[in-house]
Amino acid sequence: MVNRMELLKLIKNNAKLCPREIAVMLGTTEEDVQAELKALSDEGIILGYTTQINWEKTEKESVIAMIEVKLSPMRNRGYDHIANLLCKYDKVASCYLVSGDYDLMLIYEDDNLREVASFVSEKIAPLEGVLSTKTHFILKKYKIDGIVSDRNDNDDRQTVIL
Amino acid sequence: MDYSDKISDVVKKVPPSAIRRFFDLANEMKDVISLSIGEPDFVTPWNVREAGINSLVDGYTHYSPNAGYIDSRKAISKYISDRYGVDYDPNGEILITVGGSEGLDLVARALINPGDEVIIVEPCFVAYKATVAFAHGVPVVVETKPENDFKLQPEELEAKITDKTKYIILGYPSNPTGAIMTKEDLSKIRDVLLKHPDIFVISDELYAELNYVEDKPSSLVQFEDIKDRVIMINGFSKSFAMTGWRLGYVLGNRSLVAAVTKIHQYCIMCSPSMSQFAIIDALKNGLSYVDEMKDEYNHRRRVIIQGLKDAGLECFTPSGAFYAFPSIKGLGLSSEEFCETFLREKHVAIVPGNAFGECGEGYVRISYAASMESINTAMERLAEFVKELKEGKYNA
Repeated sequence: MVNRMELLKLIKNNAKLCPREIAVMLGTTEEDVQAELKALSDEGIILGYTTQINWEKTEKESVIAMIEVKLSPMRNRGYDHIANLLCKYDKVASCYLVSGDYDLMLIYEDDNLREVASFVSEKIAPLEGVLSTKTHFILKKYKIDGIVSDRNDNDDRQTVIL
Repeated sequence: MDYSDKISDVVKKVPPSAIRRFFDLANEMKDVISLSIGEPDFVTPWNVREAGINSLVDGYTHYSPNAGYIDSRKAISKYISDRYGVDYDPNGEILITVGGSEGLDLVARALINPGDEVIIVEPCFVAYKATVAFAHGVPVVVETKPENDFKLQPEELEAKITDKTKYIILGYPSNPTGAIMTKEDLSKIRDVLLKHPDIFVISDELYAELNYVEDKPSSLVQFEDIKDRVIMINGFSKSFAMTGWRLGYVLGNRSLVAAVTKIHQYCIMCSPSMSQFAIIDALKNGLSYVDEMKDEYNHRRRVIIQGLKDAGLECFTPSGAFYAFPSIKGLGLSSEEFCETFLREKHVAIVPGNAFGECGEGYVRISYAASMESINTAMERLAEFVKELKEGKYNA
């Protein structure tokens, strides 16, 4: 038997672990881990495996914007219709419905400021139901999904006799 | 001028740590993976650190009462009551010390008259024997063995009891073996103690929260009929990853705690105030972190056990602390030779078992308070090393 929450916590922190390694860590068999991973995937609990990359350290030029979108809900469809529409754009990395002063929060990645601006003015703003937008450009990433970008992994513990 | 002959006899008689030379060698080498360190690799949880910082911001930079701030003692009392189901009065039955080690020293000085015997269960933490010797006591060793899961056997304990026996030091979960004593194991020790009403027990429970088979700690203090003769030494270093804060505590019968407090007040005055504030937060909000760290240690424990099996080393399955204690017998090297050659050839530092008592010869201590990556690499190198040893590569 595999403890589902324990398994999820493990691969949340390290998606690179293979079933054999996971099996050892959880004290179970490789087959059980594989079966559980498949079940989690089938049930739509595991959506995918991605890598956290600090693009700032590469040559890739890109900008990330957080775009607030204020909507007027559509009859029978609420906010879902517009949200689903916006999700179709590959460069929309995340899309959330949020409480507060606005309704949707998009995380949008593109090559440069101009591309972001034209996405906002040409794709979002004209949509029926969009009342207003506000775009924030990300200047520096300090922590991404629980990972501090400027971390120090050195083991600097000193030797003591004990 | 050489003053070494001016040093007191008791201090001279205690040998320097056997592993000093070994650690000096490790420190000189670059790129060593260390599975030798007996402290958590985790940093103290942020909310606990913040509580310490805030105490400074608020100006709590003075001495605390000798026994510790009453709020800190109350927090400890509540924690022990919740986790052990045993009550200690914050006024008079709890002393906050500078780490668990101070507690060991205080108790030795408070209880031992010159010549009194103290039973020590080896292999064990290196300070047990030394603190007894410094207090002019006579350490009497009971050895534990892997065939008994490194648990103290009641009949073997009883065989060492004489009319000079003052107390027994029991350190479970064990550094270095990772063994634990369950409630049932302890009840047999309690039976022995009931037959010998003058003997005390010092129960070192620094690793109590790092128990991978029991949900709550088991301790001799949980037996009402001997509770008064058991002095619990506990602390925050291991469970809460707070080694550098130097904070521990001694719990026990009022008269015993008064005696250790007397020594503490003259030698130490009080434990660091900042740390005492931090532990209030640790006990209030930090237990979920303890569980998280424990889960992580448990994963590593299983990886180590598998790694040792893959390397072909026999190892008793550890159930507590963060150590494994595999046997290296039959490979043609002593513990020290094994560790030194392994360090030189494969750049991995582990600790020779004889550092923890003579019966630790033939074993090595591997700490899994290190990152999974380090553990994986170290285990690969260990497998290589053992294979090469068997092929006779390092024969003198």
